[in-house]
Amino acid sequence: MARPSAGLVGSFRHLDSLLQAIDRLRQAGFRDLQALSPVPHHAIDEALHKPPSPVRVFTLIGCLLGATTGFALTIATSLHYPLITGGKPIVSIPPFLIIVFELTILFGGLLTLGGMLLNARLPRVQIVPAYDPRFSEDRFGLWVRCEASDFDTVTRLLESAEAEEVHRVGE
Amino acid sequence: MSQLTYGQVDRDILRAMEAPGRRYYIVFLLNFLVLAWGAFAWRYQIVHGMGVSGLMHPVMWGVYITNFVFWVGIAHSGTLISAILYLFRVRWRASVYRTAEAVTVFALFTAALFPLIHLGRPWFFYWLLPYRQVGGLWVNFRSPLVWDVFAVMTYMIISMLFFFTGLVPDVAVVRNRTSGLRHRLYAFLAQGWQGTDRQWRHYKAAYIFLAALATPLVISVHSVVSWDFAQSIVPGWHSTIFAPYFVAGAIHSGLAMVLTLLIPLRRIFRLDAYLTQSHLEHLAKLIILTGLIVGYAYIVETYIAWYSNNVPEWQRFLYQVTGEYAIPFWIMILFNSLIPLLFFVKRIRTSTPWLFAIAILINIGMWCERFVIIVTGLAHEYDPYSWGLYFPTWVDISITLGSFAWFFFWFLLFAKFLPVVSIVEVKEELPPPMKAITVEG
Repeated sequence: MARPSAGLVGSFRHLDSLLQAIDRLRQAGFRDLQALSPVPHHAIDEALHKPPSPVRVFTLIGCLLGATTGFALTIATSLHYPLITGGKPIVSIPPFLIIVFELTILFGGLLTLGGMLLNARLPRVQIVPAYDPRFSEDRFGLWVRCEASDFDTVTRLLESAEAEEVHRVGE
Repeated sequence: MSQLTYGQVDRDILRAMEAPGRRYYIVFLLNFLVLAWGAFAWRYQIVHGMGVSGLMHPVMWGVYITNFVFWVGIAHSGTLISAILYLFRVRWRASVYRTAEAVTVFALFTAALFPLIHLGRPWFFYWLLPYRQVGGLWVNFRSPLVWDVFAVMTYMIISMLFFFTGLVPDVAVVRNRTSGLRHRLYAFLAQGWQGTDRQWRHYKAAYIFLAALATPLVISVHSVVSWDFAQSIVPGWHSTIFAPYFVAGAIHSGLAMVLTLLIPLRRIFRLDAYLTQSHLEHLAKLIILTGLIVGYAYIVETYIAWYSNNVPEWQRFLYQVTGEYAIPFWIMILFNSLIPLLFFVKRIRTSTPWLFAIAILINIGMWCERFVIIVTGLAHEYDPYSWGLYFPTWVDISITLGSFAWFFFWFLLFAKFLPVVSIVEVKEELPPPMKAITVEG
């Protein structure tokens, strides 16, 4: 089933109105919902039944990659040009661990950022039509993608949860 | 803070970003002149060679390395406040962390200059980077100076990531309220942020992992810096307590710098509702803690010098407290570990003039600490034949002043161009607007 491109956006003054609207719409079978809010809130994620963010996997991969790179870089370059300094072994693990540690953090941080950008679809040039500057200030928005035939039902459900206004976006 | 509404938070914090008055331009210009003078001194040093600085055998590390250690240290409190207190869910950090994090980033900009300034031929700085050099030689990974490059570069990259990630939702608020060229600048910085549940979910997840990565990193960075000294065999440097001693000192000086900057910021931008007296008091309490750790380290250092029964070690200690550099030593003892104890008195730690004055003294004291460690160590090594003195010349002093101007240059730009208090985090601390009136629990 193709994703409907059109939809309705309801704007709410209160957080609990938004949560109520999400619940009612989900019960009525509308699952393609997106909330817009000025602050993050766990209650919104719970109401939308979203799985935990996969960013942590990126962090883990980044850290493992960083540690591997750290060991590979220090050991391989020391073996490549064996030069004894300070009477220490060519492969002297304790000092190399410092490089390993720093690269673990560096790669972990970079992949965390990459994971966030990838999953949150950032950066984006086009702001979604449902966005309204007030949703970054003091209003909560709910964007419901649905077929034109459902507009009346959705409008009624949004208004029953005390939406301040409901308007159409998209084609 | 609980009587504030979301709309009020936007208005108050964005007010600080309105067009600056004449005083701002005057301060900016004066600061810029100092910066230009510092740049001139560096140019002079490059053209005429390192001989124009006071560096001379045996003291080959002077105020440049002092400044390097000092500025890396200043950076540390920002990460403490933004990452470590975030993981501990300390609520009062919301209003102060943006400024503290800006201090971190700009202090690292400053610190990173000093190893370059200290090089006689700064255009060869890339010799420190790991790449295959002539004849297949690589950098020596057993050298603390190479650890330093890795630690400081990682710290700079991660703290910039953390700073800009935290800024994105705030910049989106600014974007919506500006027009023209400014709008385009903020629209670029906001990267198309719109606050959807999907963006928030991944953003929060990434933020907590960045905080978790920054926490061990910050401890490692000043430990690595301390090993630049502790790995050598110079009496007074070759010591196992150096890593914790440096980390505590770093946070001590950084907290003082954050106080030094927050107090005027709060007054100029009328942010009393966000940066309350209790925020300053919390910082003062942290300073008591770090001041006690630093004081303890001074005592342990002395005790070990005596108990080791090592002649050069003990001689060096006596030289430190009575020799040519005794004044900075006693400044360091007084300003870093004794005067901060005044914060035990509630009247002093809740009085803004006292807080400001003591913060400045700690900044001076911590600079002296680094100077004492570096210079007395080198001036008084084993053999009396090789003892010598170091005094900074006008070049050293100008570059040092220029480094402060460089730091304030960035900070002044930050104060006008970016929200100095995090809009989103302050809003998160407020109870969300609810239809049903709930009883505050």
